[in-house]
Parts: sequence; C-alpha cells; structure tokens
Amino acid sequence: MRLRWQLALPAVAGLLAVPLSGAPAEAQAPQKGGTLKYVVPAEPPSFDGHRETTFALIHPIAPFYSLLIRVDPTVPYNGKFVCDLCTEMAQPTDGGTTYTFNLRQGVKFADGSTLTAQDVVASFKKIIFPPQGVASARKAFFVAVKSVSAPNDHTVEFKLKYPSGAFIPALANPYNFIYSKAILDKDMHWYEKNVMGSGPFIWDGREAGAFIKGKRNPNYYIKGKPYLDGFEAIFAKKQSLRVQAVQGNRAAIEFRGFPPKSRDDLVKALGDKITVQESNWNCVLMATPNHKKKPFDDVRVRRALTLAIDRWGGSKYLSNIAIVKAVGGVAFPGHPLAATKAELEKIAGYWPDINKSRAEAKKLLAAAGASNLKFTLHNRGVDQPYKIVGTWLIDQWKKIGLQVTQRVQPTGPFYATLRKKKDFDVSLDFNCQAVVNPLLDVSKFISDDVSGNQYGSYQDRELDKMFDAMNKSGDEKEQRSIMRKFEKRVLDDEAHEMITLWWYRIIPHRSYVKGWHITPSHYLNQQLDNVWLDKSLM
Amino acid sequence: MYQYIIKRLLLTIPTLFGAAILVFFLMRLIPGDICELRLAGTGGYFDEAALQICRHEIGIDQPMVAQLWKFLSGFVTFDLGNSMWTGRPIVEEISLRFELSLMIAVLATLTATVIAIPLGTIAAIKQDTWIDYVVRSFSIAGIAIPSFWFGILIIFGILFTTQWWTGIPWMPPIKYRSDWGSWANISNNLALLIWPALATGYRYSAVATRMTRSALLEVLREDYIRTARAKGLLERLIIRRHSLRNAMLPVVTVIGIEFAFLMGGLVVTEQVFNLNGLGKLFVESVTNYDYTMTQALVMVVVAVFVFTNFLVDVFYAWLDPRIRYK
Repeated sequence: MRLRWQLALPAVAGLLAVPLSGAPAEAQAPQKGGTLKYVVPAEPPSFDGHRETTFALIHPIAPFYSLLIRVDPTVPYNGKFVCDLCTEMAQPTDGGTTYTFNLRQGVKFADGSTLTAQDVVASFKKIIFPPQGVASARKAFFVAVKSVSAPNDHTVEFKLKYPSGAFIPALANPYNFIYSKAILDKDMHWYEKNVMGSGPFIWDGREAGAFIKGKRNPNYYIKGKPYLDGFEAIFAKKQSLRVQAVQGNRAAIEFRGFPPKSRDDLVKALGDKITVQESNWNCVLMATPNHKKKPFDDVRVRRALTLAIDRWGGSKYLSNIAIVKAVGGVAFPGHPLAATKAELEKIAGYWPDINKSRAEAKKLLAAAGASNLKFTLHNRGVDQPYKIVGTWLIDQWKKIGLQVTQRVQPTGPFYATLRKKKDFDVSLDFNCQAVVNPLLDVSKFISDDVSGNQYGSYQDRELDKMFDAMNKSGDEKEQRSIMRKFEKRVLDDEAHEMITLWWYRIIPHRSYVKGWHITPSHYLNQQLDNVWLDKSLM
Repeated sequence: MYQYIIKRLLLTIPTLFGAAILVFFLMRLIPGDICELRLAGTGGYFDEAALQICRHEIGIDQPMVAQLWKFLSGFVTFDLGNSMWTGRPIVEEISLRFELSLMIAVLATLTATVIAIPLGTIAAIKQDTWIDYVVRSFSIAGIAIPSFWFGILIIFGILFTTQWWTGIPWMPPIKYRSDWGSWANISNNLALLIWPALATGYRYSAVATRMTRSALLEVLREDYIRTARAKGLLERLIIRRHSLRNAMLPVVTVIGIEFAFLMGGLVVTEQVFNLNGLGKLFVESVTNYDYTMTQALVMVVVAVFVFTNFLVDVFYAWLDPRIRYK
C-alpha cells in the first residue's frame, strides 16, 4: 500500500507545483477550534450502526460514539488495533479462547450517565446475540463467540468457542458503537432514530436530507480532544457537486474518495490549497460466472475467461481513469495473508506473459467447444468503477474471440438479478469490507448456501473446509498456507470467480484539514477526534 | 360558480385515488426491494435473518392486498405513515422539503413572469424587427437549454469568475431550511435560491415569452383592436387595457402548468444545487425503493397539479368576465 502526501501529479506537475510538505501534520501542534464541513454521498437510513451496512452511516454518525477497540487513527494503514474504551489490548488466554478487556473509568455518555462494562456487554450482546425482531448486520462476524460478560463494572470478557484470528478485527469494526444499556433495556430500537454516545462529539442537530451537525463533547475521555469545535456532514448525492463543494470551499473534504480526474481537476484549480492522500482500498470488483448456466458450468470456460484478462497491464492504464489500481488475489494486497507478486504470477490470469495466457485461453475454449462464445456481462449502473471495469473486461475477452455485450441495471434491480432471478451469464459483483480482515473477507467465495452473498451459485465443500480451518487456526503461518490453497482453488483450479483490480482510494482535501489519515477502507478512522484545522491555511 | 368549485373539488377524489393505485402497483413492478438494497447493496457481509426482520418491520412481507388496503385507508384518513427508508413520519419529511420547493417555484414563477410578459409583449408589438429576433432567439435558447445544464453553467460561472477575480474559487455557502427563519427573510432566502430560481426561471420564461408573443399577436389582429385604434386611443392603452388582458388566458395556463411542474419536477436542478426539496426526495425515495414515501410524494404532486389547475380555472373568470362556470 502506498501513501502519498501532497501528491505531485505527473500530468499537471509542469504547470502546478503541488508542494510536497515533507512535514506530515503530526509534526505541527494541533490547533483547537473551527468546524469541519465535509460532504457525504448519501444519507443513512437509520442511526443504528449495529443494523446498517452503509458508509453513509459511519461518516456522519461515528464521531458520536466510542468503540471498545479501533484501528489506530494515527497510522491506520498498518493494520494495528488500539484501545478506545479499553485501557490495554487484551491478550488471549485459555488457549486463545478468552479475551479480557479493562475499561477506562469515568467515561460519560452525552446524557451525563457513566459508561460501564454493562453498557459494553449490552451493546455486544445486541450485535452478537440480537433478540428476536432486532436486526444485526454483523452477527456472522462473531460466530466464534460463546459469551460476553462483565465480571465487574470495568471489565469485559469475551469467551470464544475456539481460537479465532478473525475475532479482534471483528471487534474493531467501526459499526460496533457502544450504546447505553439503560436505553437498550427500555427500547432496543431507540438508537435507530436517536443518537446518544460517549464519542468525541455530541449531537447538535439534523435536517433530514441536508445535514447532521455535531459539537465538541466537553467531557470526552481523551483530554484535550477533540480539537474541532464541531462538524457538519453535508449530504450531496452527485459526485460533481461534492467536487465543486471542495473546490468552492463549501466543504473541506469528502471521505469516500474521488476518481483520478476529479483529483487532477482539484489540484489544477487549487494548487497547494489541496492535499491528496491515496491508498489501496479494501474493495474489489470481480466477474462472477453463473455456474448454473451453460457453458459457465465448465471450468475450462471459466479458466479461459480469467486467463484473457491482462491485470498487470490493466492496472497501469485503468488507474488513470478509474478508482482501481492494485493487482491482487482474494486477500487485500499488502496484507500478511495476501499473495506476493511471485505467488500471484503462478495463478491463471496473473501470468506475466499475457500472450501465453491468452493462447491457453483459446485452447481451453476450443476444447470446451466454446470458441465463438457470445454472452452478456451483467453490470451495475454505477460509473466508478463498475461501468469502466465492465467495458475493459469486454475488451479483454474480445481478444480471445469472445463477443460480449453489457447489460447495466440500477442498484436495486442489479441485486435482484444476482440474488433472486439469477438469469445472468457473467456478472460483476463486489466485495467491500470495513476492517481489513481477509480471514472473514474471503467468506464471499465459499459455497452459496453458507456464504449468503456468493452469487455464482456454486457449492464447493473443499473451500468451506479450508475457510473453517483458516478461521479456527491461531497460527498466522498456517493461515497463510491455507489461504494460498484457497486462493488457487477459487481463482485458478475451479476459477469460480475472477478478481479484476482492487480499488484505489483518492482523497483530495483542503490543506487546512490536518490530523486525518487515509485508511484502506472508507469505513475506518471517522471518529474525527484527531482532526484539526490549520487556521493559517484557511 | 360555487357549484362549479364543489364539482371540481369532488372530481379530484377519483383522480387522486386512480393515481394512488397506479403508483402503488408501478412501484412494485421494479425488481428488488428496499431491504435487499439496504443490506446487500454495500457489498459487505449479508445476513439473511436481518433481511427477513427488515421486511417484516416495514411490512413488505405482507400480501399485496393488505399493503394496498393499508395505504388507501391511511390515505383516506390523512395518515401517510412512515418512510420505509428512514422510519420517520412522511408528513414530517415532506413538510420539511415542501416549503423549499414552494419557494423555488414561486421565485422561478416571478422571475419567469417578470421576464416573459414584457419581452413577449415587446416582441409582439415590434414583430419582425431586430428586437423581435433577439427576443425569439433568447426564448428559443431558453427552451433548448435544459435547466439543470444551465444550473451547472451557473455554478461553473461562479467558480471560474471568482477564481479569475480573486485567485480562489468560491461558491455561496450552503444554507438550509433551518437557516432561513421564515418567508419574511427575503434577502436571505433570495441569496439561497436566486441561482436555482434563475436556472429554472429562464426555461420557464422562454415558454411563457413565446406564448405571450403569439397570443398577443393574435389579439392585436382582432377587429376590436382595429376599432380602438380607429377611435384614436393611445397605443399604450390599447396594449395594456384591451390586448394584454385578453392575451393572458393561454399565458396563465402555461404559467399554472409550469408552476405545478416545478413543485415536484425540479429533480435534476435540485440535485445540481444540492437543494433539499421535493424533487431530490422523489429521486431518493424511488432509488431507495421507499414505496410509502414515493406514493405520498406522487399524491402531493397530483394534488398540487389538481389544485393549480383549479386556481387557473378560477383565474380565467377574473381575467375574462365573459367566462361563467355553470
């Protein structure tokens, strides 16, 4: 993963000197005060983080809440977790099946009540063991958890059924807001329409469809923070509008990500008033063949399709126009569990010699009697990066003699086709997770009757076994070894799925925004307690 | 007249019911549902149990007939229910946006009227002169340019002008409903709405200008105008008292229809200016499969159309005393 501060863009470097500050924000003393205005592409359906799945909830609502643990906000790209409400990261005991967290004392909710271990337990029980009629979007993350309890007011204990490397990343999920037990006891649905947490900011109002405002929590448990007086999350659906908002200083930042062209336009217009942060993104588009449709039930055809794709070449030119870049396998590139370049190059479709790869693809198609195959690529009606990647794939397949047309649908009908109608030949699909946790992230590729969001309609019990073994192993070396076999089976031996390119996150923001660090996920690092505004640059 | 008004009001009931039933079924023809979109649309983990709970909570797991009955009975009792997406009362969600949309519609109508009637009149009086050609070009351009595109041009115009002038691109700060205070705060509201009102008002004025011109030209050729001129009446009086008022009937119709359209039809313009109006809510509720909200919004727009047409009919009688409704 690469992180570039104040990126100098080759295209405009000659015209505009985007200064490389060299001195990251931490070198300066944070300044207090000011209101951070930022744009959010959508409005959250409800305010309950435990039930929602959209980033549109995280961006405006996360600043109001605390988590038990979180991704390190100062160096979020190193994949380390740090305490938020706890005082020290728990070390597993009882053979890796018990995690005990001690909590900070004197933490207050916005209503003045004291946060105790009972509140943490109540919140995690709602997530892990939701009562009937209460939706929990991430219940499946915690299948390894047997119980959660509070031996006293300052200690929380998680007991697992088996040691699991996926537990700590799941615990750090940014949606695991800590709610008040007293409120949950009265009404489990209260948090869907109300906000009351112990985070760096407290509720300062909302206008449906327009904005959510927060103001500094004077009782925040980290002394001296937050630096901001408040924030204003402005909802703006159109990307052009969000770019204009940053350009016209209506907003200082948009935390999801802009395409390369918008970055270039902003840098060209604003020069050193814009700082660009970039990172690989824990989201990936994949082509999913429908295993229930001929000839995609034939592994030779599926392998031919993946062999035709020039991922190494595509990375170079697609990254100039779309939010994709890194070549990777099933695990997030750069993660210890991800394949190295040498390992990838052994997998079909990742071979360094694309001509050899395509020759092999043609042979396989001929053997399968599908040399002149015509089919439709089902795609989602979203430009970045779906339609761009879809068009690129069609071009790649054309090079082995296939004739592919693209069928684009809006999001709702697109998912209805994937989940219910299942009448597609090959469809683009995506996998996008909050915390980088390949052990759980690869659940997308296991059998459809186990995964729940695998739309290729295949069952592969070998993969299911490997998935279980990886998650039950506490040894990273063993996990990595199984992951390689898992990856080879998914992408090569069975070619169940065709990973295209991993997304690339580009955040151009006003240079006066300091203390915010890009993460590999647009769900992470949004509590804003470290963010401050440099008034000399405003 | 009163009989006519009552009859017109009664006629709105089947119209509204017809629209309600139509939109109810049309919405459900689109594949997929709100819960799938909410839980599967983000590409993350997907919990089947959460899907069932979501469907049960908002009632889309019930038979279609039960859903229709709930909607229609709620409609009759003025209980529009809650938005399926936000869970908040629909009346609250709509009323928040209604005022903004109404304000834009009023401002755009004023802008259009102020531009259209003088220009249309001048173009008719100076028919086939350079003035007429300029006015016609201006109005044809207004019809040809989509208002959302004109809106984008306005935004870029502000950005580029301020960058050229001060070196820093600037946009007017975003203001919200809660910033306004009330209708009385005209300068504040104008600052917020002048650009979208101009963007929509230009197209609106173009239609009204052409209508004013052609209606006035027709009236100016009437015998009674020739008689007035023969009597030696001042041209100003002939235009103002005898021609313009009679030419206004089709213009009023156009203004009425356009006004009603603006109340729910500013879909793209509201997106361009990020205004939190009914049009934006409409788009969001359709894309989010928010059936209850979409149904309610369609009802609001139909009601506005019916009411505006009714007002236009009443206005006819004031403009032309010969018109009597029986």
